[in-house]
Amino acid sequence: MSLHVTGELLDSKRVGAYRHLTLVAPGVAERFRPGTFVALTLADSARLARRSYWIHQVRPVGGYGPALQLVVEPIGVAGTWLAGLPVGSKVGLTGPLGRPFALPKEPVSCLLVGEDVSAAPLFPLAERLRERGCAVTLLVAGRDEAHLLSALEARRSARAVTVVTADGSVGQKGRVADVVVETLARARAEVVYAAGPHETLHAVAAAAEDQGAWSQTAVEVTQPCATGLCHGCALPVVGEDGVSRTVRACTEGPVVRGDRVRWGALA
Amino acid sequence: MSVSLGALELPGPVLVAAGCGGTGRELEPYVDLATLGAFVTRSISLDPRSGAEAPRVVETPSGLLHAEPPSPGLEPFLASELPWLVRSGARVVVSITGRSLGEHTEIARRLGRAPGPVAVEVAVSGEPFHAASLVAAVVRDLPRGLPVLAKLRPDPLRVVETARGVLDAGAAAVVVGDAQAAALPDGRPAGLSGPAIRPVALRCVTEVCAALPDAAVIGGGGIATTADARSFLAAGARAIQVGTALLHDPTTAARIAAELDQETP
Ligand SMILES: Cc1cc2nc3c(=O)[nH]c(=O)nc-3n(C[C@H](O)[C@H](O)[C@H](O)COP(=O)(O)OP(=O)(O)OC[C@H]3O[C@@H](n4cnc5c(N)ncnc54)[C@H](O)[C@@H]3O)c2cc1C
Ligand SMILES: Cc1cc2nc3c(=O)[nH]c(=O)nc-3n(C[C@H](O)[C@H](O)[C@H](O)COP(=O)(O)O)c2cc1C
Ligand code: FES
Repeated sequence: MSLHVTGELLDSKRVGAYRHLTLVAPGVAERFRPGTFVALTLADSARLARRSYWIHQVRPVGGYGPALQLVVEPIGVAGTWLAGLPVGSKVGLTGPLGRPFALPKEPVSCLLVGEDVSAAPLFPLAERLRERGCAVTLLVAGRDEAHLLSALEARRSARAVTVVTADGSVGQKGRVADVVVETLARARAEVVYAAGPHETLHAVAAAAEDQGAWSQTAVEVTQPCATGLCHGCALPVVGEDGVSRTVRACTEGPVVRGDRVRWGALA
Repeated sequence: MSVSLGALELPGPVLVAAGCGGTGRELEPYVDLATLGAFVTRSISLDPRSGAEAPRVVETPSGLLHAEPPSPGLEPFLASELPWLVRSGARVVVSITGRSLGEHTEIARRLGRAPGPVAVEVAVSGEPFHAASLVAAVVRDLPRGLPVLAKLRPDPLRVVETARGVLDAGAAAVVVGDAQAAALPDGRPAGLSGPAIRPVALRCVTEVCAALPDAAVIGGGGIATTADARSFLAAGARAIQVGTALLHDPTTAARIAAELDQETP
């Protein structure tokens, strides 16, 4: 069940190229599952579309109970506004929204692939998987070191971590597509979770299918309302029945099986 | 605070506008649908339609532009969406759309056999004469005499004439109004909604209510606050529809309904 509340910004700090925001949003953090997101209302009332952000972490904050952590790339209308927001600001917020990552019933080996800011939902997922006894391998990618979400924290939850950057500023130089096949084989993963740009998700889903692994992809599609009301977030898929259709990314997704997405039809 | 719209009695003056409440299920976390005046469904066509290509809903200052929304088709709608809505306790107004008069009347005939809806809404966007013939055809083919709400574009130059025509043709009420004809930045046809159109919609409601004082008018277009709702009611509307504001804040309809309710002595 999702809630619409007024959140309060408790903390905002720069980490690399991003801002990490801590928000109290009564009731939302308690209902969080990895892969869900929140929709924010911009302070500029002339902008009616919501903006969606992954819930990166849920952490207790003294005196407030569990708080949400979001990672914001400070670009664009929403990104620059959020990044510049002073502590104490109130933000209209709806969440948690969307279908979370499905967790395996057995303690199987899992590969988690995340790129740039989109990797945000994978960190709490790694924790959950480890609690269930799954062996977790992380593949974290970024444009450069500043755009790489810190793999440091994640090392606690992961058995192995691979880092790639497009410019080689840290880790291996390259893209996810260059290393995913090998990483997947080495981890002998049965389930692959991915969050990143569409091309990356496509490459991961294809590699998983080739190696007989399940894939769960967190797909970012522009979401005008983010709550399932407007049908403006079409995600092209093939249904269980083999029929091509579009579903709403915000309600039937954002996490969907990678082998069900018609990647070529996704703008 | 019950509201009488010709043959239709509703428990309150706040309606969810077509295409802005999902299938109903998505709105339920934020409002008890049974407490609202009615839930107008997204427009249902005879056959499934995939809707316009992405981007389909685009932001514009104080408004949203939407291109043709998808439709599940009548049979899938009757099989799952409608029964759920009826069970939720909502008064369900089914919005219908067709590419021809024949398609409209075919939907009307089949819908007339389905249990549950309290009314049918038809958006009429063409010439006043065509609008009236469309409404007349739908009214004729609805077997149980379900009331028909005719939804008009907020065009101040033609809205009174169109309203008169559709009411003469048997519409129980007029909805003033729909989204305004507009275009997406890439030129594809779209509807403009939200606060950007509110002053124009209010002008249309005012003119229709003044010219046709006995008409049952449902006002809409850019309503986002209780003060907005009040201005449409003061202009003579008996009920109001909330659309775009729900996409911005899904609790809007519940809040306006509760605040209006508190004010009535
Ligand atoms: C599920 C999901 C999770 C996400 N998680 C994160 C995250 O964790 N961190 C992060 O930094 N970003 C995240 N994003 C991206 C984020 O929601 C915004 O899209 C991004 O910040 C850019 O928004 P902006 O307003 O800055 O865009 P701009 O680049 O300024 O927008 C360009 C144009 O697009 C239009 N536009 C933008 N958003 C919408 C919309 N929703 N509907 C209609 N029109 C729109 C604007 O009107 C504007 O004219 C996520 C997106 C999704 C779908
Ligand atoms: C995303 C979206 C989808 C809509 N879909 C429909 C629809 O299927 N049928 C219809 O008659 N009107 C549709 N409308 C129009 C609304 O019902 C409403 O009449 C119009 O937007 C003006 O009111 P508002 O400003 O409160 O939204 C839609 C509007 C939006 C924003
Ligand atoms: S964003 Fe409106 S339905 Fe998904």
